[in-house]
Amino acid sequence: MNKMPETHYLNCKKGIKSWLTTVDHKRIGILYLLSIMFFFFVGGMFAVLLRLELLTPDKLYIDSDMYNQFFTLHGAIMIFLFIIPAIPAILGNFILPIMIGAKDVAFPRLNLASWYIYMVGALFAVFSLVAGGVDTGWTFYTPYSTTTSTSVISITLGAFILGFSSICTGLNFIVTVHKLRSPGMTWFKMPLFVWGMYATALIQVLAAPVLGITLLLLIIERVVGIGIFDPAMGGDPVLYQHFFWFYSHPAVYIMILPGMAIISEMITAHSHKKIFGYKAIAYSSLGIAFASFIVWGHHMFTSGQSELAAMIFSFLTFFVAIPSGIKVFNWVATLYKGSIAFTTPMLYTLAFLFLFSIGGLTGIFLGALSVDIHLHDTYFIVAHFHYVMVGGTVIAFLGGLHHWWPKMWGRMYNETLAKISCGLIFVGFNMTFFTQFIMGAQGMPRRYHLYDEAFRPFHAFSTYGSWVMAVGFCLMAYYLIRSLYNGKPAGNNPWGALTHEWQITSPPPEHNFETIPITDHGPYDYDKVVAKSTLTEN
Amino acid sequence: MTENTHTNEPHVLPLSIYLGIGSILIFLTAGTVYAAGIDFGAYNLLIAMAIATIKASLVAMYFMHLKYDNKLYLLLFLSAIVFLAIFIVITMFDTLRRGDIYEIKSGAIRDAVIYDSLPADTTTHAIADSLSISTDTTDVVIDTTH
Ligand code: HEM
Ligand SMILES: [Cu+2]
Repeated sequence: MNKMPETHYLNCKKGIKSWLTTVDHKRIGILYLLSIMFFFFVGGMFAVLLRLELLTPDKLYIDSDMYNQFFTLHGAIMIFLFIIPAIPAILGNFILPIMIGAKDVAFPRLNLASWYIYMVGALFAVFSLVAGGVDTGWTFYTPYSTTTSTSVISITLGAFILGFSSICTGLNFIVTVHKLRSPGMTWFKMPLFVWGMYATALIQVLAAPVLGITLLLLIIERVVGIGIFDPAMGGDPVLYQHFFWFYSHPAVYIMILPGMAIISEMITAHSHKKIFGYKAIAYSSLGIAFASFIVWGHHMFTSGQSELAAMIFSFLTFFVAIPSGIKVFNWVATLYKGSIAFTTPMLYTLAFLFLFSIGGLTGIFLGALSVDIHLHDTYFIVAHFHYVMVGGTVIAFLGGLHHWWPKMWGRMYNETLAKISCGLIFVGFNMTFFTQFIMGAQGMPRRYHLYDEAFRPFHAFSTYGSWVMAVGFCLMAYYLIRSLYNGKPAGNNPWGALTHEWQITSPPPEHNFETIPITDHGPYDYDKVVAKSTLTEN
Repeated sequence: MTENTHTNEPHVLPLSIYLGIGSILIFLTAGTVYAAGIDFGAYNLLIAMAIATIKASLVAMYFMHLKYDNKLYLLLFLSAIVFLAIFIVITMFDTLRRGDIYEIKSGAIRDAVIYDSLPADTTTHAIADSLSISTDTTDVVIDTTH
């Protein structure tokens, strides 16, 4: 039977104050875990409420104004407070320094500051919730956002501040990866998780300032009416969309790259197979980071932008799919002849491959100019981005949470319940969102409160699916929390994986390593090195 | 590792360089003011921007030490400018070319001939014949009532 280590980062110092002033990257990861999961819960509640309202074509229990506020808050909370920070701030903070053999990130205090900045940004968002809500949609498009009477300013200010939190984290990771790699950890011996985080950090640092300036312009426009987005004063409302998507398309890769980074770790660790095409995966992350900056106009095909611009953007959009395709093929090739263990993280990995492929391929449909004219602003879009963001990022995040949970807390969760929960989420997700592809192609517009009777069966089925998913998530909350009390100790290396974090105790000691670790083999050299699972050993 | 080539001591330049660069900046400011008084037509903006760019580069190179620091920082700085350029240029593909499609579509109308008096035969075919164009290619109905 494995034993928990005597002292570790969780019990080395005690009391709330030791947590609120900690500069330990692992503890900061846990602070982020608690706060981000709280907002995931809030955003999730809005989702369930929205789907409930859509059960019937007519008003069920909220009026149209309220409906508009609900989808705005759902979207804004999920994007800015959950999915963008989730993987870098929680898993990245916790795992990245250990993976490269460092004792901490390069700027531990900045790291803590980023958490406080996140909390301040979150406060502003919550304030706008109580101060009458917002009804613009998470994209805050002008001219509506400059004229509506709801609290646009506080929520955009919130998103503005959250952007700084992202920048701090991104900057920290870039410097950490450049400066703190342990001896022998060359660039191409870095685990692919680190590559993914690095590419994400680059986008964060380059793109987040653009969001900042955009939201600031919007606020100034609202407060003093400088007219930059107002045609009556020589401005241009479509310019807002350029600004917004110049940030937000790269931002969708801030969301998915960390997910892809997790998949590379899980797929190798749970099939004990050397990754297929290490360099292709590493470089394609950088390729994605670059290509993501030149396709933003595919969100504006029907905005009235010039036909020339639309054609250029459509052409360029097809290129972003290439690096993603490269990754998917490499992952599938990695599985070939591996000894695949159907652990919970592996189930999430397989779910990811399936769902992300659907999400990515429908993106190609949307990138085709003429097809998009038909599909734009329908439920097809809603289905597309939920397949990439939930089917891709959230599924990868949940997989990563299960993969590193034993490392974070030193204890295992109940595998049977975990698999049931994964299954419920997978089935529920497809029920909820696949129907939306069909509805959308038939013309059901997005962001509508009331709808035509013909769509009733689809909407109803979609709502049932959301309940199945909700049950899956509740089950997950139950067994994960329970595992903290009576999960069986995991030992150092429950999966028999090769990266550095699995060679130290679970939970890790306060300073990660007693002696500086030396990297003498690649992160996925399962063909050369054998690491035994600490679960099956006894 | 190339990243460790500089030491942690602050890099100090002689005062004369600061003063020299400072006076060049003041001189160029005067240049901007002077140039603003002269009308170069289409080159107005270009000249003002050129002077501003030189000034900004001097500040970045000397006052912000980019010239003496690790070249990685220069690369980072320049990449930010590249990204800004991408943003502005591609956005201008939109803002400068908006409505072009109507220009193209309206070409036939714009080029249509307007008669002072009615031709003898006013069927479309006859008019097309007289202009020696094929009726298949004109999707424009020519108004023959005036
Ligand atoms: C495989 C490459 C991808 C392609 C070619 C692609 C293409 C597109 C296109 C053309 C649109 C605009 C549709 C419209 O509004 O009419 C769109 C919307 C969207 N995509 Fe993607 N996409 C891809 C991957 C992703 C990823 C990885 C994410 C997020 C993780 C994502 C998130 C979104 C979101 C959030 C929207 C809707 C934004 C809104 O209007 O609210 N996409 N996608
Ligand atoms: Cu996009």
